[in-house]
Amino acid sequence: MNVLLLLILLLVGALATFFAGDKLASKVALFFSVAIFSYALMLLNQFNIGYDVSYISPWISNPKVFMILQADGLSMAMVILTLALTPIIIFSSFANNFNNSKTIYALILFMAFAMCGTFLAGDGILYYMFWELSLIPIYFIALIWGNGDAEERKKAVVKFFIYTIAGSLFMLAAFAYLYTKTHNFLLSDYAMSNLTVTEQFWIFLAFFLAYAIKIPLIPFHSWQANVYQKAPTVGTMLLSGIMLKMGLYSVLRWQLQIAPLTAKTYIYIFVGIGIAGTIYGSIVALRQKDLKRLLAYSSLAHVGLITAGAYTLTVDGLIGAVLQMIAHGFVIVGLFLSAEIINRRYQTNTIIDLGGIRAHAPKFTSLFMLLVLASVALPPTFNFIGEFTVLYSVSQINIWFAILGGTTIILGAYYMLKMFQTTMLGETNTKVFSDITLNEGISLSIIVAVLFFFGLYPNPIIELISPSLESILMSINRFS
Amino acid sequence: MNTLIAIIGLGVLCLLFEIMNFRKAIIPVTILGLMGILGLTLSELNSPATYHNNMIVVNKFSVAFSSLFIVLTIFLVALSHNFYEKHQTKISDYIAIKIFLLSGAVAMVSFGNLSMFFLGIEILSISLYVLAASDRMNIKSNEAGLKYFLMGSFASGILLFGICLIYGAMGTFDIIEISELSQSAELPSWFFIGIVLLTIGMLFKIAAVPFHFWAPDVYQGAPALTTATMSTLAKVVAMASLYKLLTAMNVEITYGFQVVIVVISIASMTVGNIMALKQTNVKRMLAFSGISHAGFMLMALLSATTAAGSLLYYATAYSLAGIAAFAVLLYVCKDKGNEEISHFNGLGKTNPILAAVLTASLLSMAGIPVFAGFFAKLMLFTQTIESGYLIVVIAAVINSIISVGYYFKLILAMYTKDAVEEKQATPFAVYAVAVLAIVINLIISLYPTLIMHLLS
Repeated sequence: MNVLLLLILLLVGALATFFAGDKLASKVALFFSVAIFSYALMLLNQFNIGYDVSYISPWISNPKVFMILQADGLSMAMVILTLALTPIIIFSSFANNFNNSKTIYALILFMAFAMCGTFLAGDGILYYMFWELSLIPIYFIALIWGNGDAEERKKAVVKFFIYTIAGSLFMLAAFAYLYTKTHNFLLSDYAMSNLTVTEQFWIFLAFFLAYAIKIPLIPFHSWQANVYQKAPTVGTMLLSGIMLKMGLYSVLRWQLQIAPLTAKTYIYIFVGIGIAGTIYGSIVALRQKDLKRLLAYSSLAHVGLITAGAYTLTVDGLIGAVLQMIAHGFVIVGLFLSAEIINRRYQTNTIIDLGGIRAHAPKFTSLFMLLVLASVALPPTFNFIGEFTVLYSVSQINIWFAILGGTTIILGAYYMLKMFQTTMLGETNTKVFSDITLNEGISLSIIVAVLFFFGLYPNPIIELISPSLESILMSINRFS
Repeated sequence: MNTLIAIIGLGVLCLLFEIMNFRKAIIPVTILGLMGILGLTLSELNSPATYHNNMIVVNKFSVAFSSLFIVLTIFLVALSHNFYEKHQTKISDYIAIKIFLLSGAVAMVSFGNLSMFFLGIEILSISLYVLAASDRMNIKSNEAGLKYFLMGSFASGILLFGICLIYGAMGTFDIIEISELSQSAELPSWFFIGIVLLTIGMLFKIAAVPFHFWAPDVYQGAPALTTATMSTLAKVVAMASLYKLLTAMNVEITYGFQVVIVVISIASMTVGNIMALKQTNVKRMLAFSGISHAGFMLMALLSATTAAGSLLYYATAYSLAGIAAFAVLLYVCKDKGNEEISHFNGLGKTNPILAAVLTASLLSMAGIPVFAGFFAKLMLFTQTIESGYLIVVIAAVINSIISVGYYFKLILAMYTKDAVEEKQATPFAVYAVAVLAIVINLIISLYPTLIMHLLS
């Protein structure tokens, strides 16, 4: 029993969905995603009681590449996040009658496959392959099923694709360089390597480009809002909920372990970039007129803070970053789903066209309210724990960073609540807004329940991720 | 040696079939024959031998590359039936010329003597001149043929001049003797002049910058199937024989020579890619992308002693992707008169399978993982860094990014634009070749060892 089967099942699921035909596709995809999620929980259970669920086998002899799927606490947490969100994303999109639905559902499962692979790979080339592979399904999802003007959408999506490919190719060059040092692509060897300061600097930058574009950090974020707006909501949920976590995860897993000296020397710069991103994202979000764009910029602000936490190189920073990654994954999927629910009824996401929905749809309004509160990190939501830990770790580096970062919570509360007020409250809207259907209600309730449950009881996750983060930290500190 | 004789026998058989009026059987028989020859060739993998006073040398290198050429020829012949539908009376000529072209190609990688090499390259070139001009009522095809012929004969002349100078310096055509003599301390200066001229002649055939000017016009003008032959088969043949020549003469260790290769490699990638961005004609675009791929393959010469495996891998990955792309192009642009990108509009809806194949082959050329093009690039990158030319790798990375730009122009046209026409009937051969080429590409990407083992 190991994680290889997990990946194979996802591929089988994608194929089965494709061949199930347009009518059955959504149900088959849901069946497979739920089944795989339960299998993943079983694996997690095995892992927790001490079994090794990793998979290792040689793959290519020259250049030396191994098929290593390394499951530790951090990987398992990210895999579970991916596999928990996938069924929600699939289930919540039942109401969208996609053209050619067999293809889009197969692509969603295929993307889950690629992302799980990225989180598990322990060999540089395997990791790179999954990393790039995840780009192809989202490219087609955004391109073909997106909304808005086709020409504009095409521009936005192609920009996104070329941008991310460009970043990753430098990462590939860095891997090629590392290969000449260790003669393999194993992360475990890289984490013990003794590169010189200059080598670490350039390798760090090559990785940084790839991750800064994917996460995105300012000033590499310009693709984000456009793609989030133009992509279909399933695509946006996949991108914001899971795919950007790939970048954050990779910072912890690869970049910091390979080139820790650079991260230490320039700690103020990298934490500063993260903090600058949160402030920038929050301020830009204030001015947004489109709901999806506003959420995109709020997401930019949140990931900026997560990145800052990761670059503090402290235990709290790493733990906080991972907690916040998981919390943000759920909350942003919930918020984009809410935007989609509004869009399904009013065919618009422009904030000022909305308003007065509360009287029509009390259930939806309350669930949306809870999500907004979670997003602004109000206790006792899961986001509060993540954000608080991150801010605490940032304050250990420099108190002013923490103060600046803390203001974003206030700004965040301001723009989120203002958005809530304009869209939901006010005079009852003249257009009828039917309250959420059973399907939408279940999806939103699961998300809200998860956020509050782990907000009150975050221990299982902290215990799961702590050992692996501590070993990452050990490797980071190997030079001192 | 047996391979060469069998190929020529098959070519003659093709011509005889015409006389005996078995025209319909030509293509199936040729494909079967080539498969047989492929088996014959591979059976010689572990039995190196030399023939006729070292004229022909059979070793792993020659067997591996000959097999690749035979596979490519099988694909090209399989596409012929559909392509030459309107010229059924001449089909035996077309097929026979392709088979003779293959014999030249095989001679070019299994020579042991420079005169044999020259014979090989002439057989290959003359066949290509004829094929380029084979659509004789089409002015463009005539232009392409003449242009290719004029430029090509100049290149051949320079090449021959180089061979003469090498003979003058060494007193022999035999590459083993040349290899031994070239290690001595004092070499006459015209030995190096000879090598430079030889390299120029080959760079012309590969279409590397600055000897690339013929390629776009010839590719565009020549019949599409000939373009496919030139951009896949002929290019990798020339690359492999250049590699063999240079390693035999031990020039790759000279610093000055490596600098030249670095410059030409970077220039080919950059010029090819930047020019490709502007093209609206798919054949021209593929021609320029071929120039940039030539630049990538030249990187192999920087670590020549160890790079045979990765060169073979790159050549295989590139040419299989090229065959798949051209198979789709042949289908889409049939009876259209030109190859504008707009013909590909809406292919994703009218013919999803071929659209997927073309997407896959373009992704492979762009070096995106799961396809063999990715591993091909990776191997070249690691080797080049190892031999100390990080700068070339950085240029290559930047060029890979640029190349995504134009490859995706085609993908976008297929998936976002609406189709102009109804779906046409697709011949089985096109499906078979396109799908098979991509499947092989995928298989060698999942098991790169399959290819790498041939040479180790």
